[in-house]
Amino acid sequence: MKIVVLVKQTADTEATIVLGEGGKAIVQSNLKFIINPYDEYAIEEALLVKQAHPEAEIVAISFAKPSAKETLLKALAMGVDRGLVIDDSGLENLDSLGTAKILTAAIKAENADLVFCGKAGIDDDNMHVGVMAAELLSWPHVNVLIKLQVQGKTAIAEREVENGEIEVYEISLPAVFGAHKALNNPRYASLPGIMKAKKKPLEVKTPGDFGLKSEQLLSNSRVFIAHYELPPKKAPGKIFKDEPLEVMVDKVVTLLRSEAKVI
Amino acid sequence: MRILVLLEQRLGRLKASALEALTIAAQLSNKQEANVAGLIIGEGISGLAAECKDYGASKIFCCDAREFAHYQVLNYSAALSAAIREFSPDCVLGMASPLGRDLFARVAARLDAGLLSDLIAVDHEPQQGFLGGKKPLYAGKVIATLRFQGDGLKMATLRPNVFPPQQSPGAATLVPFNCAVPASGLKVREVKKGQSTTLDLTEASRIISGGRALGSKENFSILFDCAKVLHATVGASRAAVDSGYASHDMQVGQTGKTVNPSLYIACGISGSIQHMAGMRTAKTIVAVNTDVEAPIVAIADYTIVGDLFKVVPLLEKRLAEY
Repeated sequence: MKIVVLVKQTADTEATIVLGEGGKAIVQSNLKFIINPYDEYAIEEALLVKQAHPEAEIVAISFAKPSAKETLLKALAMGVDRGLVIDDSGLENLDSLGTAKILTAAIKAENADLVFCGKAGIDDDNMHVGVMAAELLSWPHVNVLIKLQVQGKTAIAEREVENGEIEVYEISLPAVFGAHKALNNPRYASLPGIMKAKKKPLEVKTPGDFGLKSEQLLSNSRVFIAHYELPPKKAPGKIFKDEPLEVMVDKVVTLLRSEAKVI
Repeated sequence: MRILVLLEQRLGRLKASALEALTIAAQLSNKQEANVAGLIIGEGISGLAAECKDYGASKIFCCDAREFAHYQVLNYSAALSAAIREFSPDCVLGMASPLGRDLFARVAARLDAGLLSDLIAVDHEPQQGFLGGKKPLYAGKVIATLRFQGDGLKMATLRPNVFPPQQSPGAATLVPFNCAVPASGLKVREVKKGQSTTLDLTEASRIISGGRALGSKENFSILFDCAKVLHATVGASRAAVDSGYASHDMQVGQTGKTVNPSLYIACGISGSIQHMAGMRTAKTIVAVNTDVEAPIVAIADYTIVGDLFKVVPLLEKRLAEY
């Protein structure tokens, strides 16, 4: 069994975002990169499947700069067998469908039986690439996955929707699964795991290695980011303290009605 | 410009956000109603078309069959793709709900369309039509302006509660619409019901949320009591969820839900970056906190410095007077 985990490198949650001149780009040089937090649940789920299928091989694939090898090392330290970075140089502005096309080519080349990814990247929060890859592969998918039981060629998969509702699917494999937070508890990399990771295969390839042409991908790219801006700063709010609680509550409720007009 | 709008229903009820998408479609089409059509997918839902006939669409396709009783992405993708072939729109709009976000990504890949998700603003020009829109990135720390390019199909989902619905003259006609579903390796076994009878957090216009300061699952009941009076939905911080005080589907923030209510009351929530990522676009924010230095106070419109266990019941009592 071959399991592919799609791993995105994202800016650390705590990162301060600095814009380049004219809001044309986000300054990358000061950013610390991490594995997209949802992808850690995807990695853990792949490792859990491997526990039940010890012959399985897990490959983590990232479409990023070659420097993302550093980030993939963490996946290898958690227990992933092999890493692959597909160099995105010159394709930084590719849309999510273009990214999905590249990753799909890599998934096909790996002859994967199962694909895990995070439900969304915490940077652009699109929820696109995993679902689009499933469509391009003509596989079914379940995104926002909170429970999975693989049983031979099928699986029972639970998807969280809204109001606490859960959709339960019977899904045939191969399939793509997008991991949500409630799925599992990602393990920490152990010290021996970190040592072993350094010896595991970690390659860098280009889209061309999968028969894809950058110019063609770019000319088929349908959306792009034209501009970035920082959100408007909010005016300081009103703070009520050191008064009897009843008085403060009364003032705020009155303001909610007369000033904010929300009740 | 021709626009097809997915009018989402869940459990036989039209979502309020369906009218928000129709309103934007009417604006994008320069109020030429012949250019806007709606699509409802489900079972036993033809009656819902009446609820959206006065929002600028000329016709509403009703894809009403047993196979669509529950959301199943491959069946719904077949229906949406078929309706797109039938109406041949320039753009397709839906809401950034769990269903909309899942379905639109699948169909965009199928039709090689451009897709923008979770827009909080829509940009258009009379000459060029639908240009794109804005969406928050990096947990709301940046707002990006996105643009379509090329002449392919344009698809977009809109964040609920951002675009106020507005009626337009003209009444839509209902068009029954049939579509064959493909054999697929995806079957809905069951839909487990949620506990809650209130609106989902992502659609609620009022939310009262609790943090770790609540101290226990039982103590969350003071929020539920207050929510009942306020007609609000109860949310929680990641710290409260991780401590087992609230279920995961109540979590607001980066690894939970992004919400956009008109009123957000944060009780005992200090305001981590992760939490604020999910709620900073709320129109009015109230913080109830013992610590005036808590980060949430910086983005709150109104802060009550005090013990939430005393403040929340007073709030409930005072709100009940309205």
